[in-house]
Amino acid sequence: MALSRETLLGLYEMMVKIRTFEERVAEIYYEGKQPVFNIAAGPVPGEMHLYSGQEAVAAGVCAHLRPDDPVTSTHRPHGHLIAKGVDLKRMMAEIFGKETGLCHGKGGHMHLFDPELHFGCGGIVGGGIPHAVGAALAIKKRGEDRVAVSFFGEGAANIGAFHESLNLAALWKLPAVFIVEDNLYAISVPKTASTAVRSNAERGAAYGIPAVQVDGQDVVAVYEAAGEAVERARRGEGPTLIEAVCYRFRGHFEGDPEHYLPEGTKEQWKQRDPIALLAKQLKDQGWLTDEDAQAIEERMTALIAEAEAFARESAYPPPEAALTDVFVQAESPREEQSHG
Amino acid sequence: MAERLLTTARAIAEAIAQEMERDERVFIMGEDIGAYGGIFGATQGLLEKFGPERVMDTPISEMGFIGAAVGAATEGMRPIAELMFVDFFGVAMDQIFNHMAKIHYMSGGNVNVPMVLMTAIGGGYSDAAQHSQCLYSLFAHTPGIKVVVPSTPYDAKGLMIQAIRDDDPVMYFFHKGIMGLGWMAPNPRATGPVPEEPYTIPFGQADVKREGSDLTILTLSLMVHRSLDAAEQLAEEGISAEVIDLRTLVPLDRATIIESVKKTHRVLIVDEDYKSFGMSGELIAIIAEEALDYLDAPPKRLAVPDVPIPYSRPLEQAVIPSVEGIVQAARELMAE
Repeated sequence: MALSRETLLGLYEMMVKIRTFEERVAEIYYEGKQPVFNIAAGPVPGEMHLYSGQEAVAAGVCAHLRPDDPVTSTHRPHGHLIAKGVDLKRMMAEIFGKETGLCHGKGGHMHLFDPELHFGCGGIVGGGIPHAVGAALAIKKRGEDRVAVSFFGEGAANIGAFHESLNLAALWKLPAVFIVEDNLYAISVPKTASTAVRSNAERGAAYGIPAVQVDGQDVVAVYEAAGEAVERARRGEGPTLIEAVCYRFRGHFEGDPEHYLPEGTKEQWKQRDPIALLAKQLKDQGWLTDEDAQAIEERMTALIAEAEAFARESAYPPPEAALTDVFVQAESPREEQSHG
Repeated sequence: MAERLLTTARAIAEAIAQEMERDERVFIMGEDIGAYGGIFGATQGLLEKFGPERVMDTPISEMGFIGAAVGAATEGMRPIAELMFVDFFGVAMDQIFNHMAKIHYMSGGNVNVPMVLMTAIGGGYSDAAQHSQCLYSLFAHTPGIKVVVPSTPYDAKGLMIQAIRDDDPVMYFFHKGIMGLGWMAPNPRATGPVPEEPYTIPFGQADVKREGSDLTILTLSLMVHRSLDAAEQLAEEGISAEVIDLRTLVPLDRATIIESVKKTHRVLIVDEDYKSFGMSGELIAIIAEEALDYLDAPPKRLAVPDVPIPYSRPLEQAVIPSVEGIVQAARELMAE
């Protein structure tokens, strides 16, 4: 089924938004880290895993989701959260470690939580997959029509949590969609050296789950497969597994020497940049001009500049805030009382 | 009217049933918790009462179902997950200490994880190294987990209801030797008075089980029973031991500990967990920080001497604190 102009332009705009965000974060990340790279220096310290190149997956899947649909993500979460509709200011402020951030500076780039969007992620490979099962279980128990979606990489498909989660989701017929973003490498180890089957979609059969492989550079293919999976889950017909074959343009993390890549492969993949592919399709159909594309880019750049300014201007949390939020409720009622 | 007596196992099952009646967000899942009623009886009768939707037998997928409990909790349910033996937690540790314990903090206080993770602990019946550990100190060491270790049927019910109503993740450790199981060594204290109506016991409130003036015994779980038996014998020798049941390690009732040490000036810690880097060392550190000048003798501790729990009866009895061992340690402490 051909997608409408409105849908395609929406997907295009979302992909540009994610790419622009990621590329700007990369520039900011290297502030204070040159000429000598020091991971702890600059306005954005710590590891940084960017999503450039994989935008079609986040955009194509999240286009089907409502704010109240739970999503669990990974150590590479920006694209998913942006596609879910996050307030870019609060997200950027969290990446800067500021008080105004989504998690008041306690989470950072790998641990972004937005309860309004039912979004969570984390730095442990495969860690979020069982959470989506639990969220889907909660949805089913309440008889709601929400859907829980878990994004994870092909590396995570070899951890026990993936297999346990798929079995549980199928066994309990839960409204869940599992998205394997196969970007070919788990840090440096290629899928061919880690995975006994050619496609993780083959693993759906082991759990009686419908599974499909799609071209993760083709946002239309992702959008269509995800639409079917999400609708199926909303109808209460159980989980689906989608493998989206894609490519990360910036390495595992910033500073990745990438000497494990066979020469020329990245350049080849860049020929199939998901944003350029959709732009061409839109232009061929007469739905996008160069001027339109430039206008979208400028609008996204301005949005992100606004988020960046907000993050830079925001204050750091006071050091004593490190000691709060361990528990919801007071640690020891008696001590609280005796201290007045 | 005579007081109603229940075993600890029945007290826990009743607490869960009453909370499931009160709050439809509460459900329970785990291995053999349905038709079997829990290997240690903590879920007996729940399946019949609430059905398989709310009392869910799970596959042997501990990382999966404990992680699912985390996900359900963040979506507003109040799950209880049982994992049979604490020794089995290794396969699910990531979900426990990286997710359950940290999500509230990492989210800057924006996401709550109101769940209870319950399990059986303890040895004394030759189940050997992989079915006899306590390990509560391991979890108390990790920020973000409340650690509850009851010793009596009354406390077991009140602390379980408190745990279910608490908005934080709570790990609830019941010792097999306090459950009142027909297939364990008889323990008269495993059956006791339990009011029928629901009640709570706040966390962080130790219980002075026996008042004394010569030394303080700090302990919890089954070791409370052994310490009370020891205190009985010590009284016959003219030694007055105060026995304090800590009940929860996180939060810890420091005030009661310090108050007692300031009164008796001598302290013995009885712990069925491993000795090094655990509860006994932590308690002594707190006492050293807050009441060192009040001590008339160096603190003493009885704990598993940093070996896995052995199988053979005389070997196991040699490493788990006994009534005789407690009496002996108290005598030595008084002679200092």
